[in-house]
Amino acid sequence: MAVTAPPRSPGSAEAPPPGAGVFGGPGGDTPIRPRSFNAVDAWVLVASIGSSFALIWVIFRLMPISGAVGFLFWWFVSFAFIYWLAMLQLEGPLVAKDRLMAVLIVTGTGILIVPLVSIIVFVTAKGIAYIRPHVFVQTNNLCGQLDGPTCGGIAHAIVGTLEQVAIAMVISVPLAVLCAVYLNEIGGPLRRPVRLFVDAMSGVPSIVAGLFIYAVVVVSLGWGFSGFAAALALSILMLPTVTRTSEEVLRLVPDGLREGSLALGGYEWRTVWNVVLPTARSGLITAVILGVARAVGETAPVLLTAFGAQVMNGNPFHGPQESLPLFIWTYVRFNPGEAPYLRAWMASFVLIVLVLGLFTLARVLGTRTSIERRQKRAAKRDAKRAAAEPGGARA
Amino acid sequence: MSTISADVAQPPDGDSTPDAPRTITHTRTGVDRAFRRLATGAGLATFVILFLIGLFLLIKSWPAFHTMGLKFFTTSRWDPEGSHVFGIAAILYWTFVIAIVALAIAVPLSIATALFITEYAPRRLRRWMISLVDLLAAIPSIIYGIWGLAFLEPRLVGVSRFISKNFGFIPIFKVPGSNLNPGAFAASAFVAGVIVSLMVLPICASIVREVFSQTPPGEKEAAFALGGSRWGMIRSVVLPFGRGGIIGGAMLGLGRALGETIAVALVISPIFTISIHVLATGANGVAPLIALRFGEATQKFGIPALMAAGLTLFVVTLLVNFAASAIVARSRSGKGVEI
Repeated sequence: MAVTAPPRSPGSAEAPPPGAGVFGGPGGDTPIRPRSFNAVDAWVLVASIGSSFALIWVIFRLMPISGAVGFLFWWFVSFAFIYWLAMLQLEGPLVAKDRLMAVLIVTGTGILIVPLVSIIVFVTAKGIAYIRPHVFVQTNNLCGQLDGPTCGGIAHAIVGTLEQVAIAMVISVPLAVLCAVYLNEIGGPLRRPVRLFVDAMSGVPSIVAGLFIYAVVVVSLGWGFSGFAAALALSILMLPTVTRTSEEVLRLVPDGLREGSLALGGYEWRTVWNVVLPTARSGLITAVILGVARAVGETAPVLLTAFGAQVMNGNPFHGPQESLPLFIWTYVRFNPGEAPYLRAWMASFVLIVLVLGLFTLARVLGTRTSIERRQKRAAKRDAKRAAAEPGGARA
Repeated sequence: MSTISADVAQPPDGDSTPDAPRTITHTRTGVDRAFRRLATGAGLATFVILFLIGLFLLIKSWPAFHTMGLKFFTTSRWDPEGSHVFGIAAILYWTFVIAIVALAIAVPLSIATALFITEYAPRRLRRWMISLVDLLAAIPSIIYGIWGLAFLEPRLVGVSRFISKNFGFIPIFKVPGSNLNPGAFAASAFVAGVIVSLMVLPICASIVREVFSQTPPGEKEAAFALGGSRWGMIRSVVLPFGRGGIIGGAMLGLGRALGETIAVALVISPIFTISIHVLATGANGVAPLIALRFGEATQKFGIPALMAAGLTLFVVTLLVNFAASAIVARSRSGKGVEI
């Protein structure tokens, strides 16, 4: 029975009207909802979990084996098998397979959540205790190598990270969006090779981008280590990430909108600027987030191009500069001792808060509908113009 | 009347060409031409950058290749400063081992996550899940490294022991001479691979999800209407439709896994020999090697050697990506969405 009735499509927004079930006649029959999760299903699930636990527990008690990892592994395997067997008896092979895959998929997703929560909790627990106001305004210039997180701060690293990422964004985001526009809106004979090169570029390892900028900017041009060199390396990394995601997003803009704009006599650039890009705005913001997220946390290219510094260097165009990931790297890699290591945790906490903050901000901005705001702004502009014009005519 | 129209329709010399549709000419305004040129320039910039990367790495690594010749690819030692004998064989091997371990974990999990988000999760949960996956992508690699070192590695040693104990009959899972002593499982390619897999996972998952969510709803409902279960629908509609996305996601993941530097550099203890025991202590990678040796390398010997390693890594990732792009281009999905 579970296989004969049409489903509730996950994509469609409208729910069937109440009472209008698939086989529901006019007599108020309750509609059959084959895929709804009912009491029997819950029972089978709980019983499977319980019986598999009992089975593995008994086996582990009887046999000379132990270990939490093994227990969890065999528990899950036996649970999946028992559940499958039960569904096979109750509903037949099709449903049993369906349910088994559902269990695997939900478990796989759960595995994704565990490390995320673990990272945030662990880093917070390690680092939050050392966050004091002085951390954000002082640098390392007064502290020795072996001082703990109570001395000095990461002001120089924060300034470095912000400057480098900002410059990288200014360079790479317009280029990346233009490149995505080229791929999706303009095309031509070069479209395929360009897409191939963007894909290839997305695989360029960060350390190679760092080596390249080191070879060109730091050594060949003789500019030495600088925040700007780091920004150039970061923008090489951001460019393909932003381009690829932007292109995926632009492809989702319905052709009808483009054709509508062109049919109204819009220029091509007008169509892109006023129709395509605003429609894809939230997706484009996600693209930029992914790019920035890649850039903020990159250590290797910054190590090769900005090199790192213990003191404040506010000028991104001259001299070695620190960045937050580099600060952490220095302390973890060279591990001078227990107390300095805590500084790495403190900086990790700041970095993760920075990333989470940026991420949340971008999400909030991304979800607001941009076309609405644009219309509002246009209306305001029109009103202003209308108010100004009569005055101009009189003068 | 009729003579006039006949004159117009047929030229006087009697050449009776059949009616043909008027050719539509399309002159773009100057602004549009400039716009097209600008965007094309942006597209070509990627090519120029890639070319310059290859060129400069080649120029800077020339002294290293001059010293070692083709033996650079078959030597397993790395001693550019002292004996001037260095090669990338073992390092490149371990780079691939770590990347393969990472993909073996990340690709199935990212497909499961993408399917959960697009097909299983309730509407409200879906948005949260998408944010969580993006968030996982936003976490910097240095954080993965420090967390992996302090939190994950001690716990993974138990997993390594379990695998080695129960599946040790498979050669790659054997840890020779360990006697299941926990110390023999630390800093292995497996540990590094698991950490890299976490960093690869969100990238794979978000690409795969994006493609899965573009599956035409009509075909999905057709599969249901033919009596398919949810899994049947996924297998017959969503997975074939999203094959390009799965390969694309795995490709992006492989690119990042091969080039992953910092987290791997923090976790592994570098070795310069080839072995098949992924669970045993010791691994290496081209990118970690560059990061770890950069500070002490001299301009005369060390830097060219590292440049040569970087060039090799660059070429390898480029080849992997070109091969994968060719596959993806053949099955690119979601083209031309109609309103």
